[in-house]
Amino acid sequence: MAVNYIYPEYEVVRNYDRCIVCRVCERQCANGVHEYLPDLNKMTCDDSKCVNCHRCVALCPTRALKIVKSDNTYKENANWSNKTINEIYRQAESGGVLLSSMGNPENYPIYFDKILLNASQVTNPSIDPLREPMETKVFLGAKPKAIKRDAEGKLVDNLTPHLTLSMPVMFSAMSYGSISYNAHESLARAAKELGIFYNTGEGGLHEDFYKYGDHTIVQVASGRFGVHPDYLSSGVAIEIKMGQGAKPGIGGHLPGTKIVGDISKTRMIPEGTDAISPAPHHDIYSIEDLRQLVYSLKEATDYKKPVIVKIAAVHNVAAIASGIARSGADIIAIDGFRGGTGAAPTRIRDNVGIPIELALASVDKRLRDEGIRDNVSLVVGGSIRSSADVVKAVALGADCVYIGTAALIALGCHLCRSCHSGKCNWGIATQVPSLVKRLNPEIGYKRLVNLMNAWKHEIMEMMGGMGINSIEALKGNRLMLRGVGLNEKELEILGIKHAGE
Amino acid sequence: MKRVYVNEKWCLACHLCEYYCTFAGTGEKDMARALKGIRTNPRIKIEEKDDISFAVSCRHCKEPLCVKGCITGALTVSDGVVTINSDKCISCFTCILCCPYGAISYADDKTVLKCELCIRTADRTPACVKGCPNGAIVFEERG
Repeated sequence: MAVNYIYPEYEVVRNYDRCIVCRVCERQCANGVHEYLPDLNKMTCDDSKCVNCHRCVALCPTRALKIVKSDNTYKENANWSNKTINEIYRQAESGGVLLSSMGNPENYPIYFDKILLNASQVTNPSIDPLREPMETKVFLGAKPKAIKRDAEGKLVDNLTPHLTLSMPVMFSAMSYGSISYNAHESLARAAKELGIFYNTGEGGLHEDFYKYGDHTIVQVASGRFGVHPDYLSSGVAIEIKMGQGAKPGIGGHLPGTKIVGDISKTRMIPEGTDAISPAPHHDIYSIEDLRQLVYSLKEATDYKKPVIVKIAAVHNVAAIASGIARSGADIIAIDGFRGGTGAAPTRIRDNVGIPIELALASVDKRLRDEGIRDNVSLVVGGSIRSSADVVKAVALGADCVYIGTAALIALGCHLCRSCHSGKCNWGIATQVPSLVKRLNPEIGYKRLVNLMNAWKHEIMEMMGGMGINSIEALKGNRLMLRGVGLNEKELEILGIKHAGE
Repeated sequence: MKRVYVNEKWCLACHLCEYYCTFAGTGEKDMARALKGIRTNPRIKIEEKDDISFAVSCRHCKEPLCVKGCITGALTVSDGVVTINSDKCISCFTCILCCPYGAISYADDKTVLKCELCIRTADRTPACVKGCPNGAIVFEERG
């Protein structure tokens, strides 16, 4: 096009004093940003192709590269930002829906950052986790309503199927297809080593990964891709995906170009066909319908597996969760509006859903008020960024959290938010063999294990500081939380006091 | 004995091993200063064609043909490592012709260059192994 309306948002800055022309940047960039000029024996680059994934920066052996935000700007305007103007230029050119990847990056409140934790001083002893026992184990599933004893007074085991985790964190659903084989293998191996679970997402389970079944949650979503009896019984739990935090009310679309080889086989659809997951489940239009699917799945697996129902955090999430808690589901997973995705329409991602902190607090309260909190366990996801977020979520009432984005970042993701291009330079969100091999699961799984072990230590430190030696004792313990800079309504929904109160 | 092994499956053909190898040989502290504007002489080299790539360096054979062929005794085996004494090398290149792996090359002064497993560096870990971003080059004991 003769007129190029959009100036690159980021610029690649090369320090020519440090560049040794090794051409690693050129070889590692799937977007073709860097180029070698033989006549000048120099490297050059095309900023307009750069997605700011930092692959070249991270691999440059002499630190000759950095990426900076361009200071090129339109006339300052508080209403019409550069981003807004560029989006209009882009749509005026393409006529298409804007696509984005990963979680909502916009400037909405992050309630986790406005909540502070308590610690013991003088009147109640804190606990040193390095010297005293500290329990981070959690159990997910419906809790029995009453203790039953037989004629001899012995306890009757009336416990429904449960999941046992070494710590209250699981890897959230990311399908094989949206992420690579090697990313899946890294997650599966890490989950096994850590004694937690990973989630297949809606893409079926690759035959190589059935051996990690004891640490796998299998997902059934609206497209039913890759679902068959062996699949259902291969994992420890079955998750019905009703919605996703990044795109509530929207289905999924994995383009046919990504449906190749094993992915086509695993999804049970022909090569090259688009994998379209409808927005709703076409057989679920009510809680009663949901109940039918919950029990179909339980029937198919001999009532041996807990069933999870995953929903996006939306406006009336508490009422929906109340319905799900009565549907026979054992676990409710709620995904907040910051949750990640491999591709979503930008307007949906950036404007639909509610923050997970508020959703969690209101769901937990509603279920307790209705006396059905023990019917289900609560798992929350949608941008759990650190161990502090985990502790705050548990204190707000969660039994466990899902992490997706944090896990991908551990694997090398730099949040360039270009997953939908399929050219992930870190070998995560791509199916191009030469890119997939960049993620060596041997390295990847260890990084995930390191991250989770680090969080576990931090969780124990924070619990110890509060004088709590079991994560179960922290669950729903909102007295351990105080808000800062929150208004009355926000504090009321979160069910916490303001700092100083 | 620990040797350098290459796992083709994880080689990305990024060529970083070559640069870390050359850098290790210079003894300099700063890579940019060491390698800026020079022709690199790595002792490990990437072989690549289409989608296949792997790094090639000296295997430190149990019965090294290069050592047998060396006419001046410049190449010797010490503790299993095939080493080169540049002072004795007369650049006849017999070793280059003998080596079945193409693992020997020569430096700017025409003396022979080959991998010595970084035995002369401070931490004795081959620089290519440390520098490989994908764990494709390993330094380990294999039968």
